[in-house]
Amino acid sequence: MYRNATEFFRTFGAFQLFFLRLVRYSPEALFGRFGLVVKQVYNAGALSLVIIMICGLFVGAVLALQAYSNMSIFNAEDWTGVAAAFALVKELGPVMTALLFAGRAGTALTSEIGLMKATDQLSAMEMMAVDPVRRVLVPRFLGGVIAMPFLAAIFSAIGLFGAHLVGVELFQVDVGSFWQQIQLTIDMSDINEGILKSVVFGVAASLIAVWEGYNAVPTAEGVGRATTRTVVITAIAVLVFDFMITAAMI
Amino acid sequence: MGDYSDKLIEIHDLKFSRGHRAIFDGLNLTIRKGEITALMGPSGTGKTTLLRLITRQLIPQQGTIYIDGVDISTLNQAELYQLRQRFGMLFQNGALLTDLSVFENVAFPLREHTKLSNRLIRHIVLTKLHAVGLRGAADMIPSELSGGMARRVALARAMVMDPDILIYDEPFVGLDPISLGVIVRLVRRMNDALGITSILVSHDVEEIATVADRSFLLSDGKVAASGSPDELRTASSELVKQFMHGMADGPVAFHYDAPGYEEQLLGRDSE
Repeated sequence: MYRNATEFFRTFGAFQLFFLRLVRYSPEALFGRFGLVVKQVYNAGALSLVIIMICGLFVGAVLALQAYSNMSIFNAEDWTGVAAAFALVKELGPVMTALLFAGRAGTALTSEIGLMKATDQLSAMEMMAVDPVRRVLVPRFLGGVIAMPFLAAIFSAIGLFGAHLVGVELFQVDVGSFWQQIQLTIDMSDINEGILKSVVFGVAASLIAVWEGYNAVPTAEGVGRATTRTVVITAIAVLVFDFMITAAMI
Repeated sequence: MGDYSDKLIEIHDLKFSRGHRAIFDGLNLTIRKGEITALMGPSGTGKTTLLRLITRQLIPQQGTIYIDGVDISTLNQAELYQLRQRFGMLFQNGALLTDLSVFENVAFPLREHTKLSNRLIRHIVLTKLHAVGLRGAADMIPSELSGGMARRVALARAMVMDPDILIYDEPFVGLDPISLGVIVRLVRRMNDALGITSILVSHDVEEIATVADRSFLLSDGKVAASGSPDELRTASSELVKQFMHGMADGPVAFHYDAPGYEEQLLGRDSE
C-alpha cells in the first residue's frame, strides 16, 4: 500500500516534470524546427479528418433526431437546431473529438514512439548527441496540441450540417427559424467554452500519448500495453477535465 | 602500466546490477588510443551493457569511468552531448530512423550539428555511403533494406561526423562473407588511416583475431583474460580455452541452471 502510494506520486511527479520539459522546448521547436511540427500537425490532424468528419455528421444528425422528437412535444420544433448546436459546441464537439483523437492519433503516437524506443532509435539519437525529447517528442506533442482545436471546430461544423440534414431536410423544420434560433441563442461565451475545452483536451491527449510511448516497456507486448493505456487514460482525463471546466464556467 | 598518455578510456572498479543480478562486479579495464579493442564473452555477460555504460546511456551503481582523464559521471547534459559528438556508435540492429530515407539517415548528424550547405552534405553522405557500398541505396527507406544492409548504412552514419571513437555492437552478425570482408577491412583501415579508436563487441572469435589489437574476455562481471587474440588463443586458462575454441564443457555452463534432465523427463512427480 505504502509502496503503491509512493510509486504513484513518483510517477505523477515525473509526469509533471515531463510536461514542463515539453513546454520548455516548445518555442524552440516552433521557431527552429517548424517543418517537423507541420509534419506532425499533418499526421495528427489531417489524417484524423475522415473519422472526425464522419463521426461529426452522425453525432449531429442523432442529436437533431433526439431534439426534434422531444421538442415536438412542446411544439418547439424550431429549437431542434439550438439543442443540437449547444450540445455540439459546448460538449460533444470537444469531448468526442478528444476521444476519437486518442483512438486515431494518440495510439499512433504512442506506438510510433514506443517502437522507436524498442528498436534503439531513441538511444541512437542520444548517441548522436541529439535529444530525442526535442527532436521527436516535442514536435509530436505540438502537432497534437495544434491540431485538436481545429478538429473540434470541424467536428462541430459538420455536426451542425448533420443536424440541418435531419431537422430541415427530413423533418421539414423551417430553415430560416432553424438557423436564426441558433444564431440568437448561441453566443461567444459558448464558443469560447468549446475552444477552451478543445485546447485543454488537446494538451492532455497529446501529452498522455507521448508520455506513454516514451515510457513504454520496449517490447512488442510493452508497446501494445502502452497503446491501450493511452486510450484509457485519455478517456478518463478528458471526461474528468470536461466536468471540471464545465463546473468552473457555470 | 606503461605510459599514461595513450589511455583513452579507463574503467575503475565498476559495479552495475539489474534488479538482483550483478552484471559487473569490480570491473577494471583500459582502452588505448588508436587501437582496436574487442570485448568478448559468453552471452549475458553484459558486453552491450558495458558499451552503454561507457557512453553514459546507463549509470553505474559504483565505480568510475574516465574518458581522456575526465570522470564522465560529472558531466552535465551539454558536456555529455559534446563528448558524444566524438563518438560514433553502431547498434546491433542498426537503429536507423525509420521515418527518414537512407540518405537522410546518414545526413542526420550533419543536419543536427553543422550548418553545412546541402551541396557539401550531399558530398559527404555519398562518400560515406560509397565506402560501405550502398551509394545506390541512398533513396531507399530503412524498411526496404536487409539486416546486413541496414547495418552498413548505420556504419556510414556512425562515421559521418568523423568521430574519434567508433563503437561497434556486434558488427559482424548477419553479414554475408563479402560484406563481412569489406567491413572488417573498413574497420581496420579507418582505424589506421584516421587514427580512430575502435571498440567492438563480438562473439566472432575468427573475425576478432583478424582485426583486433587487444581483446578482453569478460566473465562473471570481471575481465577474465586480456591480451592480443594470439595470446588468448594460446592461453592456458580453462575459461579462455573453452570460449576461444567453442567447447560445450568447461567453466562456463552451456546449460542454464535446471533440474536433472533424466529426472525432469522421466520423473514420477511430474504433474
